[in-house]
Amino acid sequence: MKHTLAILVENKAGVLSRVAALFSRRGYNIDSLAVGVTEDPDISRITIVVHGDDHVVEQVTKQLNKLIDVIKVSDIGGDEAVERELALIKVSADVDTRAEIIQIANIFRGRIVDVAPKSMTVEITGDEGKIQAIEKLLRQFGIKELVRTGKIAIVRGSKKV
Amino acid sequence: MTTGSTEKVNGAKALIKCLEKEGVDTLFGYPGGQIIPFYNELYDSDLRHILVRHEQASAHAADGYARATGKTGVCVSTSGPGATNLVTGIATAYMDSVPIVALTGQVPRSLIGNDAFQEADITGITQPITKHNYLVQDPQEIPRIVKEAFHIASTGRPGPVLIDLPKDVQNIEIDLQYPDKVELRGYKPTYKGNTQQIKRAAGEIANSCRPIIYAGGGVISSNASAELIELAETILAPVTTTLMGISSIPTEHPLYVGMLGMHGCKYANYAIQESDLIIAVGARFDDRVTGKVESFAPNARIIHIDVDPAEISKNVKVHIPIVGDAKQVLKSLIKYIKRCNSAEWIEKINHWKKEYPLGYSQMSPDVIMPQFVVKQISEACKDAIIVTEVGQHQMWAAQYFNYSTPRTFLTSGGLGTMGYGFPAAMGAKVGRPDKTVINISGDGSFQMNSQELATVVQNDIPVVTVILNNGYLGMVRQWQELFYDRRYSCTCIKGSVDFVKLAEAYGALGLRAEKPSEVRPAIEEAVRSGRPAIVDVIVECEANVYPMVPAGAAINEIIDQEEH
Repeated sequence: MKHTLAILVENKAGVLSRVAALFSRRGYNIDSLAVGVTEDPDISRITIVVHGDDHVVEQVTKQLNKLIDVIKVSDIGGDEAVERELALIKVSADVDTRAEIIQIANIFRGRIVDVAPKSMTVEITGDEGKIQAIEKLLRQFGIKELVRTGKIAIVRGSKKV
Repeated sequence: MTTGSTEKVNGAKALIKCLEKEGVDTLFGYPGGQIIPFYNELYDSDLRHILVRHEQASAHAADGYARATGKTGVCVSTSGPGATNLVTGIATAYMDSVPIVALTGQVPRSLIGNDAFQEADITGITQPITKHNYLVQDPQEIPRIVKEAFHIASTGRPGPVLIDLPKDVQNIEIDLQYPDKVELRGYKPTYKGNTQQIKRAAGEIANSCRPIIYAGGGVISSNASAELIELAETILAPVTTTLMGISSIPTEHPLYVGMLGMHGCKYANYAIQESDLIIAVGARFDDRVTGKVESFAPNARIIHIDVDPAEISKNVKVHIPIVGDAKQVLKSLIKYIKRCNSAEWIEKINHWKKEYPLGYSQMSPDVIMPQFVVKQISEACKDAIIVTEVGQHQMWAAQYFNYSTPRTFLTSGGLGTMGYGFPAAMGAKVGRPDKTVINISGDGSFQMNSQELATVVQNDIPVVTVILNNGYLGMVRQWQELFYDRRYSCTCIKGSVDFVKLAEAYGALGLRAEKPSEVRPAIEEAVRSGRPAIVDVIVECEANVYPMVPAGAAINEIIDQEEH
């Protein structure tokens, strides 16, 4: 089962490496990782999607909490959270296919952010399923390059992690 | 956050002043290019510095000092190879939760990342084996970092902390103000156990007929021996300890059933397997203790008291977790408990004790059995601090010495570091000069740090090393005998060195015992000499450690000497 962990850490050099290394050395697998500073410039937020049963996630959480620079770890997966990923997909395009790609991007509320004689780049945000769906549709044109940010998530309502 | 006056000093001097403020009196170290500014300031300071001969020994010595005294040990080295030589000692301390602070020199900030001479990314290297570490980027941060380092090392679940100091940082002048408080929002250990959980535990204890207390190193590090014994006596429960828990309860206490696990007493393993309630205190259900986890204590409910929440339900499922400091939790638990209905159980255990005593056969009258040597040390040096290396001798020291007070058995339990004992004994003796300190060693282990003979002689640190010399890497040989058809691949080390001459070459006392009658006089002479000494005891070369539970078996599937 997948769990989304929101990890608040001190915004200091080397913290990301401590967090990531903990996963590798204890044999836990990171499905996706995204990191950025929060509303407090001294605090960064790492969002990690980890695969595992409750025991694994409990251990991951406890081990993360032992790191001195980790301030808080919350498991925020499921219906209680809004989850998003951003993907940029560079797809082969020519005069014949351009319109259809634009149409697909529109249906998925994506944006065309670059157009060249032989390619177009689509920007798409959404949950994992949505990104997979558009990727599948665009594949028929030939995907030249694809980049995803990794998931970020926030709890619904006024509650904070 | 800071109080008191400010003074202008360079980073190195600031560091020394901060160490003094932390109550540090002794450092174990080795100088080098990138830590020279620190050593330059040390020249004018009152701190005692023990110059080791290999940096690994400085970390082990700081560790031995910490375990023997309960204070935080400090070791110092230069950058690069000096720092990497500390790694084994730091990892040893990490696995056994020992508070040490390691100070390492680093190349100047301008050279970091350039593969400069003697540069190593020691904070990166030690990340998995330190509780926390620091690379000091701003010299003004030295006071805060030192304060935090000592706080982190010694509180919660103790452990090693490393501070990496670039050379230029040591030279820059700063305004020194030592903070009087630590503020770390990500680090707030829980000491007081949850009252509801403690009451639930008391309820479980009241309902138990076959309880057993399983005590680990956490009892010793939190100084909870008195509470442990009070708990056992009040509820009338047997106590078994891990290797790290040895000396938390006197060996001769009637409720003590010895060590459990791979080389534990048969009756301790039987008791844990048949118990209906395990009260685990400051222990972590290591694989050397549980054997095959699925078969471990099949009918027992488990209460687990530990200061580290991550240890709870890590290896075995726990029914009542209590996060907190062993001493504080036991104190409050004792308020709620009463004697449980365990009289029959105790009788059964006493019966097992009689039926399956620890023992060994004397192979011939002239040969010295290693177990006999440990018993002789035990009789000759009551209340000594026993330090060990790693291997067969370590297990015999765990099985056959009578420990009466805490912090008198120092051993590398988690990492299993050969070469630990001698430098750790040196550190222990520096910390506890009032105590006799004996390093029980194997001929293999001793050669991993024998160069420290120079250190103990130069600094007049009278530790006695008793080498159980069997000419083998004994524990590996034992496994080869039992599980690999006696194919003694690369475990024979006969003819390696004359330990008596080696001792003499360094200016230490060297003695040898080749017959059983020579053992006791040699040990006594070594202790009486008041000098660093080696007693080379030529023991039966194929003696084995029994009982033994093969790796991966259930802990009541025991190989006995007779059965083999």
